[in-house]
This record gives sequence, structure tokens and C-alpha cells, in this order.
Amino acid sequence: MHTKTLAELAAGLKAREYSSRELVQHFLDRIDWYNGTLNAFVTVSRERALAAADAADDRLAKGEGGPLSGLPIGQKDIFCTQDIKTSCGSRMLDNFPAPYDATVVTKLQDAGTALLGKLNMDEFAMGSSNETSFYGPVKNPWDLDCVPGGSSGGSAAAVAAGLAPAATGTDTGGSIRQPAAFCGITGVKPTYGRVSRWGMIAFASSLDQGGPMARSAEDCALLLQAMAGFDARDSTSVDQPVPDYSAALNDSLEGLRIGLPSEFFSDLDQRMAAVLDAAMNEYRKLGVEFKEVSLPNIGLSVPAYYVIAPSECSSNLARYDGVRYGYRCEDPRDLEDLYMRTRGEGFGAEVKRRILIGTYALSAGYYDAYYLKAQKVRRLIADDFKQVFEDVDVILGPTTPTPAFGIGEKTGDPISMYLSDIYTIAVNLAGLPGMSIPAGFIDGKPVGLQLIGGYFGEARLLNVAHRYQQVTDWHRKIPEAFA
Amino acid sequence: MSLTIDEVLKIATLARIRIDENEAESYAQDLSGILDFVAQMSSVDTSEVEPMAHPLDLPQRLRPDEVTEANQRERFQAIAPAVEAGLYLVPQVIE
Repeated sequence: MHTKTLAELAAGLKAREYSSRELVQHFLDRIDWYNGTLNAFVTVSRERALAAADAADDRLAKGEGGPLSGLPIGQKDIFCTQDIKTSCGSRMLDNFPAPYDATVVTKLQDAGTALLGKLNMDEFAMGSSNETSFYGPVKNPWDLDCVPGGSSGGSAAAVAAGLAPAATGTDTGGSIRQPAAFCGITGVKPTYGRVSRWGMIAFASSLDQGGPMARSAEDCALLLQAMAGFDARDSTSVDQPVPDYSAALNDSLEGLRIGLPSEFFSDLDQRMAAVLDAAMNEYRKLGVEFKEVSLPNIGLSVPAYYVIAPSECSSNLARYDGVRYGYRCEDPRDLEDLYMRTRGEGFGAEVKRRILIGTYALSAGYYDAYYLKAQKVRRLIADDFKQVFEDVDVILGPTTPTPAFGIGEKTGDPISMYLSDIYTIAVNLAGLPGMSIPAGFIDGKPVGLQLIGGYFGEARLLNVAHRYQQVTDWHRKIPEAFA
Repeated sequence: MSLTIDEVLKIATLARIRIDENEAESYAQDLSGILDFVAQMSSVDTSEVEPMAHPLDLPQRLRPDEVTEANQRERFQAIAPAVEAGLYLVPQVIE
């Protein structure tokens, strides 16, 4: 059961090959067996999962329920879950059982899914390797000495190793797409405002967006259908109808124009270029036309991001003060000492680095040189995309510069870590939807192909990904140790 | 751009994060490296560019000033480090 897609598992439930309880129990067992090796789950919510399974079995017995009824999923530990620890990968929230469910959690629960547990992640989603988590690094199921990517590393590893058939992630600069690529799964970062951020712990509010991670584009379509939509509780949620993502999956790609940004290919690793070439050949057979395009300012996306994201993070994380919830230092001398030590002890090194950079960038006298400048560069990058989308329907490129790197390989050098998101960050700055799909292997490790669409073009992206997955089987590969 | 240890300690105070002097040295190095890196932005002229505050250039949505959430004080205070009589407790502020 653990090698099947959500769509296949749903068919099995409908045909009564197994019950939702049996299905959920199977994944709980696998978590028991393998989580010690992978460290993908921070918390397992056994009771809540089995209760949801029983409720789904009742509905299924009556011939009711939707396409996700009775299917188990994992939630990234950034989404608030009522009375279940919501740590965000941080010591600061190690003692925080959220008092309510995030909108995404409620929506997926209402769709009939069973919550297996909460997935490990980089602390407050700040990282590209899952090594900044308070709970230790997650291992890549394809090579246990390698990182799974980050920040949604627990989600990617759990799906790749069959500890969950699907999971949620969040993507601020590549945190869904990069781990999806490193672990050989499919992940979608929707348009900014498409999925509610209510109850999703904030990192950089103008960039953060939640999305699905699963084995196939078809599965991501099912999940996104349940997750997307307007939410009055999120002031940045966009009130726009949600199309039927599954309906468009099989649309023809005949005559579709896909843009290849020259900047993505100029310094590309030869092995990665070969993987992309093979994928482009498959697409040509499907009738796609490729066109070279240019995103001239994209080289400035990582620098602009490392002003905007830390600035917004320094503001968002000001709420962790040791007063209302979360970690509080022992025996504070006075209020100042309470704040200073709570935050000094409660946050890890990378989070502190980013808060400090953001505090500096927003401090008196520096605002124009850093934050304002970065917001202007951001406009240039977004305008480049707008221009390109006048000529093409979708953009194709690599998700990452290389396959998964070794645990510990980049932790001593923050900037080399930041540059591992060089192909994904611009998409967040522009607020566009993007996805990563498995496209091949380098040295036995999976690598991903990135597709970028126009605003609210998720249906088109899923269609382009699905058609590729109909003629290739990269997304069906399972790491041997977890088969 | 090179930040001194004193500057790092000042920023840490603004951010209300305690760091000790040994840590400050490594933060000074890391932060200086990051500031050098982001300085690449100056390679492009943005004098005529409008800053982008929202990816879709949408204004902040407004809503009527009405109470829409139920009062859940007990629920929220149940997870607080220290409360008494409905109040959050902190070290004494006024002598």
C-alpha cells in the first residue's frame, strides 16, 4: 500500500480491498519501523489518525465521501494542530500544543483525510537542508548520509520512504520544491494567496505559501483542490474561484509554448543539463514547442531574498517573547532579561542569524539601502516574468543546481547553503506558482524538473506535469531500503 | 561591509536576543558575509522602480470592525508559562 499513489489508494478503499483503518495502521506501523532511521516525524498523532479513519470508514460504507476520504497524510509541523504539539522545528515551541487547527488542517480534515502526525522541518522553515531543526536532521531515504532538502524535509522524506502517501509543505524560497527534488517526489508551491496562511506559522509573510507534496501530479491536484480557496481569516488570501484541478490533468499539450530561461542553463551542471534534455525530448513528443527566453535580473533574486525574508522574519518572530506561550527562560532577573534569554536560548543559530540581519536591515538609517532596495529589485524580477509570460505558457528549468548534498557539507557556510535555492527563490519573490517533478537520477540520487506558471496557473502546471508522468516513470521509483 | 562585535551586540539588543561575546565574533563574520553578498543588489539602477510590497499588487483587504472570534482566554492561557487571575505574569517592572 505504501508504494501507491493517493488516487490508487482511494480506488482501493472504494473497492473495499482494505479499510481506512487498515490503511492508516499500515502507515503508523511503517512510521514505527522507520522513523528512528529517518527522523521525519516529530510527533505521531495515532489516536487522531485512527479516529478519522473510523469516521471515514463509516462514510465509505454508506457510499459517501470524497476523493480524499480515509487517506492518511502528514502535516508539516508549521501548521497548527489543536492540542497536538506544533513545534515549527524549534525549541521555542517544543512545549506548544496549538490551541486551534490551521485552515489547511481543517480543510484536509473536512475532506476526510487522517492526520498521521507532524513532520520535521528546518527551524521556523529557515533552511535548505533540514539541519537547523531542534529535533536534528532528517535523512534522505535515497542516501542516509545526505540531506532531504528543506525546509519541508520531513514531509519529502516521509513521502519518498512511504511513511505517508502525501504531506503538506510550505515554500518561502523553495522549501517545497527543493526537498521534493532531493527526495524524488512531486511538490507544488501555489500562487501567493491561493492557500490560506491562517494557522501556518509565519516566517516571511509576503513570500510564504503552503502546498501539497505527494508521489504524483495527480495526487497534488487532489490535495490542492482541498487546500486552496479564499479564507477571510488570512488578510492576504485572494478571493478567486478554485478551478477543477483534476479535470484539466489530461489536456493536450499540443502547441503549448514552454520557455527556457537562458540564465537557468548557462552555468548548469552537465549531468543536470542531460536530465533536462531528456525531459525536453519527452515534451517535444507531446507536441510542446520550446522557446529560449530571458530573465535578466534573476541573478539578483538570492541577494534580494536575503534582505526581504530576514526583515519579515525579524518582525514576525518578535512575538516569541516568553510571555504568552512557548519557551521561557529560567528565573529571569527582570523583563529585559526574560526577553533576551528566552530568545537567546529558544532560537537556534540560523534563526538568530536571520533575525539579526533583518533587524539590521530595518534599523534606522538602513531601510532605504536594504529593504526598500530589495523591494525594488523584486519588482524588476517580477516584471521579467511578466514579460516572458507574454510569449510562453510555462517556464521549465532545473529545481536545484545539484542532487542532495551531504549532511554537514554546507552548514559552515550560510551563503553556499542559500545558493542551493538559486532556481526557486525568484518564483516566491514574484508570487508565481511553481512545482518540482522527479526527472531522473544523478549518482543514484533523484533530481527534479521545475515548472513555473503564470499567476493562478496551477491547473496548467499540474496538467504539464501529469502528461510527463504518463510517459515516464521517474515518479514511481522507490528507494530500495524502503520498498 | 564589515560589522564589528560591538555593532553585532547592539543589533542583538535591538532584536532582544542574548548572545555572548564569543558568539558575537562568529555572528559578526557571518552577518558581514551576508551583507557583502546582498550588496550585489547595487549593481542595478532602481531609481525609477516602484517598490513591490505585494506579489499581486493587491491592497490590504479591510473588514468591518466587528467581533468575529469567540473569547477563548482560558484556552489560550492554559499554555502560557505563568498566569494568575486571567493575567500573564512577568517579572516585576515597577519598583
